[in-house]
Amino acid sequence: MSELMIEGLSATVAGKEILKGVDLTVASGEVHAVMGPNGAGKSTLSYVLAGHPAFTVTGGSVTLDGQDLLGLAAWERARAGLFLAMQYPTEVPGVRLDEMLREAAVAAGRDVDAVTQLLQDEAGKIGFDARFLERPLNVDLSGGEKKRNETVQLATLQPQFAILDEIDSGLDIDALRDVSRRIEALTETGLGVLAITHYRRLLEELRPDMVHVLVDGRIQRSGGPELADELESAGYGEFGTSQN
Amino acid sequence: MNTAFTTEAAAALAGPDWLVERRRSAAARFADAELPSAEEEVWRYSRIGDLDLSSFVPAPEHAPAADVESLLAVAADDALVVVTVDGRVADQRAGSGAATVATPDAEADSALGAVLEAGDDALVSLHDAFASPVEITVPEGADGGDVVVVHQFPTEGVASMPRLVISAGQGSTVSVVEVFTSPDGVRNLSIPVTELIVGRDATLRHASVQVLGDLTWQIARVASTVGQNGNLTSGSAAFGGDYARLRADTVLAGRGAHGDLFAGYFGTGSQLLDFRTFQDHVAPDTTSNLLFKGALGEKGASVYTGLIKIRPDARGSLAFQTNRNLKLSDDAWAESVPNLEIENNEVQCSHASTVGPVDPEQRFYLESRGVPTGRAERLIVKGVFDEVLDALPLGGFEPMAREYLDVDLEKSLP
Repeated sequence: MSELMIEGLSATVAGKEILKGVDLTVASGEVHAVMGPNGAGKSTLSYVLAGHPAFTVTGGSVTLDGQDLLGLAAWERARAGLFLAMQYPTEVPGVRLDEMLREAAVAAGRDVDAVTQLLQDEAGKIGFDARFLERPLNVDLSGGEKKRNETVQLATLQPQFAILDEIDSGLDIDALRDVSRRIEALTETGLGVLAITHYRRLLEELRPDMVHVLVDGRIQRSGGPELADELESAGYGEFGTSQN
Repeated sequence: MNTAFTTEAAAALAGPDWLVERRRSAAARFADAELPSAEEEVWRYSRIGDLDLSSFVPAPEHAPAADVESLLAVAADDALVVVTVDGRVADQRAGSGAATVATPDAEADSALGAVLEAGDDALVSLHDAFASPVEITVPEGADGGDVVVVHQFPTEGVASMPRLVISAGQGSTVSVVEVFTSPDGVRNLSIPVTELIVGRDATLRHASVQVLGDLTWQIARVASTVGQNGNLTSGSAAFGGDYARLRADTVLAGRGAHGDLFAGYFGTGSQLLDFRTFQDHVAPDTTSNLLFKGALGEKGASVYTGLIKIRPDARGSLAFQTNRNLKLSDDAWAESVPNLEIENNEVQCSHASTVGPVDPEQRFYLESRGVPTGRAERLIVKGVFDEVLDALPLGGFEPMAREYLDVDLEKSLP
């Protein structure tokens, strides 16, 4: 059993305070949904956890089984067991998916051939076209293909915790089902998930243990899955903001 | 300037009468000419001011022995092969294609100088005065096959003038790779000129691999003309040299002529890699597409200046020019100056140029998957080169180009 613990996390971007003390703990196999209006700091939270250099941590701590993550470079956090599925996966012309994952496997001390095989298996599981494995990363992929790509990588890299930054955006119904079912299955073998989303529909397949409402850089309320239903009908008005 | 490059020395080289006379008049022009200077636009940012011709002597008439077996091992077995050493023909073998190779004989039916006019600049005159030309000809309608020309410069203090003229006859096809190589630690100069003549409906693919040693200077010209509906691909993978310059002039002379121009270059140490391009659209409905991409590590530097010129008759032409430079260290330097000169309004032209570090978002994407920073940057830079290395007709020499790329990556992103 592992634990990702976020305590009092504050962060700025370009001098502007976005996160104002976030507290959240995710354990292995759990799914925590983070919902909130635009501008609440949801994407910032995911980037700060993954170590994006544009964000400055101004307070708090993030630990994985007691190991400080904030002191690690982005790639070391990944090696420690963290994965970020991006809302808008970056196009990297000239770098192939399989090539990138082989480099990651070398850095993690994993068997490179086994990782390559796993990549092919995982692509097959969620209908990610095998020819994309040898094509430049995310280049000329549709929104849905990009999210399948993120999911294939998640399953291949086998992290302990995955942060999903609006993995449901830009997905059609079929892709949403394939992606969320695969991730749900991974939670059954111990993956912990922090799923940032605007919409409840992701959570129909990827069932949350906890739902957190992030508004104005803080978790304002936490509850069970029923909180997602409540937010869907009532919006974020009670938190002093309107959904936009 | 007192140098060994005298009219007497030029005229003493053996050859048919017309060639001897051609050399003599070129040497006389050179004697009267000033060397170019960095004041001239086409030499801006260059190291031409550091060129001291008095420290070099002309290559002797006969080439010294040189071992090129390992280089030729990667050439296709059925390729036409020419080896020059210090600019003199050292070896040649026929290929299975229709391309033939010749050195000048008494008949003056040579295409020499058909594209690059004599007296274009002082260094072309110098070249013409001392060159031993090699001509490769593909007959009309024929498949010329593969051609490999290896230019080796093993000798300290020598100035070499390799000259290659390739004529692809009407409707013919041919693929040519030139390799330029010299040992590290040997200070010498080469001024190669390559003329590419693409006949009507012909397809000529040409690539140069420049893997010169660390003290070699090279000031190269590639001059091309493309006839009606002809297709030219020409490009360079450039890794070596102390100062290595390539000026590539492409004239789209016949209606519907097309040119694809590529370069991939990597400067490290204190290298300066210098590229000048001219896309000259003379005829209507001509197209050209130029993509030059490079990386600069350590204190490496590069210059790119390019001009798309659309002549008054070139209506319906399309011309594109893109130069991208990745700066991998604070001390690296790149200058990029694209230009357009358009004298007909019924055309589409664009140019783009960038100089900057590895894209931080691309790097973060790879890092967030667990790829260490240096490895992530290497993958991205290697990827930048793929587009041009894949497009160049490098044949069996592509792995060699990639090895040089890997060495430069290792130096720049340890």
